Amino acid sequence: MNLFVKGNDAIIIGALYAGCEAYFGYPITPASEIAHSAAKWFPETGRVFLQAECETNSINMVYGAAASGKLSMTASSGPGISLMQEGISYLVGAQLPAVIVNIMRTGPGLGNVGPEQGDYNQSVKGAGHGNSHNIVLAPGSIQEMCDFTIHAFSLAVKYRNPAIILADGVLGQMMEPLHLPESETPQPDTKSWALHGDAQTRNNLITSIILEPEDQEEFNIFLQKKYANMQCEAMAESWLTEDADIILTGYGISGRIAKTAVEELRSENIKAGFFRPQTLYPFPTEQLHKAVSPKTKILVVELSNGQYRDDLQFHLNNSSIPIYLTNRMGGMLVDVKSILEKAKKIIDAN
Amino acid sequence: MDSVLKTKGLYEHFLRKGKLNTRTTHYCAGCGHGIVHKLIGEAMVELGIQDQTIFISPVGCVVFGYYYMDCGNIQVAHGRAPAVGTGISRTLKDKVVISYQGDGDLAAIGFNSTFQAANRGENIAVFFINNAIYGMTGGQMAPTTLIGQKTTTSPWGRDPLTAGYPVHVCEILNQLKAPIYIERVSVADSSRIVKARHAIRKALQIQRDRKGYSFVEIIAPCPTNTKGSSLDAMRFCIEQMEKEYPLGCLRDRSAESLSYPPHPQRINAHDFFPLMSDNIENSLISTPEACPIRRFKFSGFGGQGILSLGLIVAKAAQSQGKFVSWLPSYGPEQRGGAAACSVIISDKNIGSPLVNTPDILVTMNQPSYERFAPSIAENGTIIYDSHIPNKISIPSKSGIRQISFPAMELANQHQSPKSANTALLGAITELRLIPVHKEVVIAFLKQSFKSKKNLVEKNLEIFHAASQWVKEHNL
Ligand SMILES: Cc1ncc(C[n+]2csc(CCOP(=O)(O)OP(=O)(O)O)c2C)c(N)n1
Repeated sequence: MNLFVKGNDAIIIGALYAGCEAYFGYPITPASEIAHSAAKWFPETGRVFLQAECETNSINMVYGAAASGKLSMTASSGPGISLMQEGISYLVGAQLPAVIVNIMRTGPGLGNVGPEQGDYNQSVKGAGHGNSHNIVLAPGSIQEMCDFTIHAFSLAVKYRNPAIILADGVLGQMMEPLHLPESETPQPDTKSWALHGDAQTRNNLITSIILEPEDQEEFNIFLQKKYANMQCEAMAESWLTEDADIILTGYGISGRIAKTAVEELRSENIKAGFFRPQTLYPFPTEQLHKAVSPKTKILVVELSNGQYRDDLQFHLNNSSIPIYLTNRMGGMLVDVKSILEKAKKIIDAN
Repeated sequence: MDSVLKTKGLYEHFLRKGKLNTRTTHYCAGCGHGIVHKLIGEAMVELGIQDQTIFISPVGCVVFGYYYMDCGNIQVAHGRAPAVGTGISRTLKDKVVISYQGDGDLAAIGFNSTFQAANRGENIAVFFINNAIYGMTGGQMAPTTLIGQKTTTSPWGRDPLTAGYPVHVCEILNQLKAPIYIERVSVADSSRIVKARHAIRKALQIQRDRKGYSFVEIIAPCPTNTKGSSLDAMRFCIEQMEKEYPLGCLRDRSAESLSYPPHPQRINAHDFFPLMSDNIENSLISTPEACPIRRFKFSGFGGQGILSLGLIVAKAAQSQGKFVSWLPSYGPEQRGGAAACSVIISDKNIGSPLVNTPDILVTMNQPSYERFAPSIAENGTIIYDSHIPNKISIPSKSGIRQISFPAMELANQHQSPKSANTALLGAITELRLIPVHKEVVIAFLKQSFKSKKNLVEKNLEIFHAASQWVKEHNL
């Protein structure tokens, strides 16, 4: 069964198939359609929708719903995500599952509502203050906007940690066919840790304060182990990388554009390959190492000042593989032509 | 010994201070928090709601409330207890949610959270401890600090010229319609404690019966930070605070208010979304014919139906198994009421959904015609509304076809000026610019008026008139 929907709608469709029970959010372009769809479809399917008074409170409503053992979510864009960071860190500290969608716009500050990927570091490098991390998924199509939302909920529950869907304005606004999932995920069993307001869960405690330094350290060590264990969840798309002289890479909308460029290069008999991380945290390091060889060159396509490029370099252990960047900022996409020009220049320079 | 000390609704042992001293709290001598904890604990037990109660410990001296309250416990961010309480009470049915907050937490950092939850009439009970000071962080000024009161951040006394006036939270919330119960009490002496006990119990009763929002402000001594003995702190509450914050019930609508309505029935996603798919007759679905990629740009003013025109084209192609994308202009591209969308129809996966060099440009006004026409691809087609006055020539490319088409005129002739987009749909269909059969396009045109059935006939007329025009002009 197919629907033709916007990425922002696909998020809510995915959330409902994931068994999400509550949506709390504050409007912001280009993420507002997520709230619009939630406002219709959550009540129609007997779930909770509430327009919060601000993002600080949205994320804390999510914290409350999550503490009740219910799947819940919020969505926003850069400025709102910044306001949520305290709450996201509390979610990590109290080990609560939740899904947060960031439909990135440009920045810093108010920026504009065009597509950018400048929130990479904010989402991937730390959830908020403290030794925290989000699980971060980066969809590249409308189908993935839905499927990754479902997956984000299951990872959030499995690891009791917030998960972020990191997408951009184009993915949020564009429409593509969506193949509906088969059936709604059954509700997770949360009674071992959540507050259901009954005798069985009365002694459960949700908190993130640990006064004794030794205990706080122990918790942080435990958290880091949890993050290390997540590594098996890393996902990436690799294509035509076996014989590639140059690998084009990007995530989200930039990944799609890079892939078109790879097709064109191949049609000109240039050995180009494609690598697209689908999870940014955990990063698909193993898949990346498999995709590149010491002789490959890498061309990163992204809509930021090179935040993804820097992370790639980090995950390649700062090896000597040359990494180049084609980027745009300010709300514009990289066009295929400029990628092709750059790729050819890199190859010719050999 | 233990049974004598056992207080209703509180844990028997407080593990906060380790195993050695399990009966003392972490509160200072003479602090009001302990009394209020006792009153809440008692009320929980007497109302039989201990299992179903969730107590929210804020940031402040009560951050460790969960070491004492024998019920479900959660600790939350500074000022956010009403938001967290909202999340809990909206998702758990028939539970009792207690938001316990100090004056810094509730009336400074979290005031909007307080105010908005009260305005929505959230089903939570808020217990607001007003001690006129920040306790936990070392006696700083609170919103409720009295004028002239010395604190660590108002060392010469609170000066209203720079620090404003004491905030009267009960009175502010009393301006709102939704709250059921608002009362200010004190725990400064035993006669006052009796009244406080009554108020706390009433708030929890309202909660238990799911009648809505209750707010109890409790004036409480903080001897450590008001600098003096317990007795001094008591006197401060009675003699000074009560002057500023008179005790009493500001509102009680518990008798006349109704319980919350039950939650609506829950429907599974798989019983809901499949009903939304566009159903067209099976006979209209044919094996797609191979065709080169087609990139469309539809453009005009907002309100001319540009986006839905593109959408019909996209959906029609999708129904025939094509890869399709649709992207509206938004943000920087969308200025001065302009509307545009990119549609790509392909036999392969689509990369960027943004069309920079359209094969087909459909344009309904001068500015967008001027903006997009120069970007037309080689061998491309531009179809523009014939009222566009100034045509531009595109010399550097080969095979460009420019068609002036009277979309608005046709729509006006059929007394439906808003249907010029339908006329253009008819024209591009007849020109075979969309790689699907005419019947399929018509099916999706009809679909697009699913909720406005009275418009279907008129639009079909216009669609056919447009086809006829194209045929007659041998295009
Ligand atoms: C975001 C944030 N800002 C500041 C603090 C520091 N802080 C902890 S408690 C507190 C004051 C609480 O005062 P009040 O609400 O009056 O409660 P009391 O301690 O008097 O019971 C502050 C400012 C914090 N924990 N979080």
